[in-house]
Amino acid sequence: MRRAELVMAIVMGAFSLYLMWKSAELPIGWTKGEGPGGGAWPFWLSAGMLVCCIWIGIRWALRTSPPSRSEDVYMDRRAFRLFALNAGALAVTIGLFHVVGAYFAIPLFLIFYLRFLGGHSWGLTGLFAVLTPIVIFLFFEVALLKSLPKGYTEPLFEPIYAIVF
Amino acid sequence: METLQLLFDGFAVAFLPVNLVLIILGCAVGLFIGAMPGLGSVNGVAILLPVTFLVPPTSAMIFLAAIYYGAMYGGAISSIMLGIPGASTAVATTFDGRPLALQGKADMALVAAATASFVGGTISVILFTAFAPPLAEFALVFGSPEIFALMLLAFATFVGLGGDDIPKTLFSIFIGLVFGAVGLDIVSGQPRLIFGEIIGFMHGINFLVLAIGIYGICEMLWTIESNKGNVMISQATMSFRGLLSALKELIGTWKTMVMGSFLGFFVGILPAAGATPGSLMAYGTAKQLSKDPDTFGEGNVDGVVAPEAANNAASTGAMLPMLTLGIPGSPTTAILLGGIVIWGLEPGPMLFIDQQEFVWGLIASLYAANLVALLLNVAMIPAFIWILKLPFTILAPIIFILCIVGGFVPTLDMHDVWLMLIFGVVGYLMRKLDYPLAPAVLAIVLGPLAEPALRQSILMSGGEVSIFFTRPIASVIMIVALVLLLLPLYPIIKRRLTVKAR
Repeated sequence: MRRAELVMAIVMGAFSLYLMWKSAELPIGWTKGEGPGGGAWPFWLSAGMLVCCIWIGIRWALRTSPPSRSEDVYMDRRAFRLFALNAGALAVTIGLFHVVGAYFAIPLFLIFYLRFLGGHSWGLTGLFAVLTPIVIFLFFEVALLKSLPKGYTEPLFEPIYAIVF
Repeated sequence: METLQLLFDGFAVAFLPVNLVLIILGCAVGLFIGAMPGLGSVNGVAILLPVTFLVPPTSAMIFLAAIYYGAMYGGAISSIMLGIPGASTAVATTFDGRPLALQGKADMALVAAATASFVGGTISVILFTAFAPPLAEFALVFGSPEIFALMLLAFATFVGLGGDDIPKTLFSIFIGLVFGAVGLDIVSGQPRLIFGEIIGFMHGINFLVLAIGIYGICEMLWTIESNKGNVMISQATMSFRGLLSALKELIGTWKTMVMGSFLGFFVGILPAAGATPGSLMAYGTAKQLSKDPDTFGEGNVDGVVAPEAANNAASTGAMLPMLTLGIPGSPTTAILLGGIVIWGLEPGPMLFIDQQEFVWGLIASLYAANLVALLLNVAMIPAFIWILKLPFTILAPIIFILCIVGGFVPTLDMHDVWLMLIFGVVGYLMRKLDYPLAPAVLAIVLGPLAEPALRQSILMSGGEVSIFFTRPIASVIMIVALVLLLLPLYPIIKRRLTVKAR
């Protein structure tokens, strides 16, 4: 935990420096007739972030914050496995939205989660995998006219659009 | 007396069968839309505005106002049940509503939210009825310096949210404000903070992306880790006896409800403020005033009551400048204003004279909508509780999918969904190190209001910061804000002095 506290402070400190540099693409000082430049607000806020990171670093060195004193492991093997499985499955699902679209990515994610992670029966898994995209389609596409990504499966929806709209 | 007579005439209009049906329908639709992550009152009103051309303007306005009210009630449902704020106005409700649900007290949290919403709505409608014209004039006194001072006051109350870890709380506020600055510079129109020249950053970072990332993805990852092997996350039940005991417990929170109602109403009537800052400020104030501030964020009922009373009160308050001055107090009222214009009415002081049936019919309908939304909400609590009783391995993927869809819908851009995932994952890693994440969400909501107010104020004064201390209202708010900002240092200094003295 102690090492993670320092690593996070360094990473966020570096990110603050990047934000300061990025903000400085616009004027950060006083522009005559216009007031503070467009970059001033994010620049000084990023500077504030950097100061906070240095402050966190000092507290780490002095061991005054709870994580800097902690002997616990930041993430044990089991926690890491759960984190990687869930975050990884989400990333793959979102990636699949671009390729096969929401209405195929969602059932695939549900099958993976309910059947393989949750150990539920095929019957229950199938029920959720079929019903969830139908409910989402009816609510978002039909009722609210919000079209979700369909990727390469777009042509498959044209007959449905012809019936519904 | 004249006001009362006008109000009774308004009730005669509101209780026409067609208007009553529209109130019930509007509240039900609003409740449902408000409960969906990613959708709020603004979506509901915008989507259904064209439908209202089928009925007279008064009925149309009553229907849209009922949706607005219903959505305010509904926003709390997903905040409490799923830990995902249904709309920005319900962000603060998540802080304590979700912990209460995880402790098996979802029924308590839902009843508290519904009751507080009802109290907030009722107090604000009474204030609306009695003080509409003079209050609208008072709101006009608020210029940019006063608005910025108010924002600073809101941030000052947030400093308390992070407990003792001040640098991490401040870091969280700053990063939220920086994310709120991404997009186009409001003055020059130039692109700002466009990371990697990715076009998706041009429209800025929608607060919902950060909110769903943190309260959806991050919260779920956190729950999964801390829940190892336990498939049930809540044992909440609901019975008539439970309802009565929850109501009894709520009597002790009446002061917070009243405070939230007045604060929310006042912030709501300020042009361009709306219900979100009102609910956040009410939460911060409730924490500051509480005898037990450490329990906020861990399931304190006052933490649910304050923002819920405030956001409903603010939603009524926001209608005040819209009707009396033609200035919308929130994004939803901006759409309502558009509707009024399309229906051929002219918003402004003359509306109260020329269109009395319209104005008082609407005001009377707010009383009815408030009651209908409460009854619908309470009646549906058992259904919400049933959702929480699902095994976690069913609930988790459903919530993840709602997060993805909810992150996509506001902008219809997959860039935002990726961003939401990144925020969720990084937020989870930071949360493990005690970084408070709530202030970042609050800051990204208020940042786009605070920056223009600051820049306009400094422009008005020719670069002099003293403008915040030379205007009476601004100076009072600034001093309170500075005192609140410095307040966390007091126990530290006191502790150091005690150690030195020993």
